[in-house]
Amino acid sequence: MKFAIMINEGPYTHQATDSAYLFARAALAKGHEVTRVFFYHDGVNNATRLTVPPADDRHIVNRWSELAKAHDLDLVVCIAAAQRRGLMDENEAKRQGKDANNIAPGFRISGLGQLVEAGIQSDRLVVFGD
Amino acid sequence: MLHIINKSPFENNSLLSCLRVASAAKGHAILFIEDGVYGVMQGTAVEKSVRDAMANMAVYALNPDLEARGVQGRVMDGVKLVDYDGFVDLVAEHDNVQSWL
Repeated sequence: MKFAIMINEGPYTHQATDSAYLFARAALAKGHEVTRVFFYHDGVNNATRLTVPPADDRHIVNRWSELAKAHDLDLVVCIAAAQRRGLMDENEAKRQGKDANNIAPGFRISGLGQLVEAGIQSDRLVVFGD
Repeated sequence: MLHIINKSPFENNSLLSCLRVASAAKGHAILFIEDGVYGVMQGTAVEKSVRDAMANMAVYALNPDLEARGVQGRVMDGVKLVDYDGFVDLVAEHDNVQSWL
């Protein structure tokens, strides 16, 4: 079965991104397909590679990057939510005249249409958030 | 439809709103996750509402979230406990999923 996942909460806030990650991992382990993970609102903060949690804590951002690499996941960050919160890829930084970018490997910035498309093309859309 | 409750009933009204909608028709199920699991504790102010709803629908709670809070021994009778595998199965078994954020 095809699952799309939406995450509306930032990392290290409550539990949404942890729940979503464990759900995605369990779904993949059971042979389901995760068609897209869409990060919206404060959820875009899951995508900054500048995150440095304490050594004894889980690294939420790297965990997503690693899962994406292992399973060829499509991690999509909402562009409008990303702009508001200073989350940039190289192109976006250039376009906005910024001197740096911070998007983590495996993530890409795109529009809300990607969420709609994921909802249409998947059997289920599961929302995690605050 | 599978309804997902992730907030404590003592934090906002999602659980009671959900119960009002979900009890109106057959074929609904509720899964309690994160702080939502406080909604399936024995002896709380919402126990009766949840128990009434259980007459019409299946009620599940995510066991890892119960254990994280140390409340796995206080779950109401009739609530089925699932792990993340069970969570995935519930999503697959129901045509729609609604998270009451």
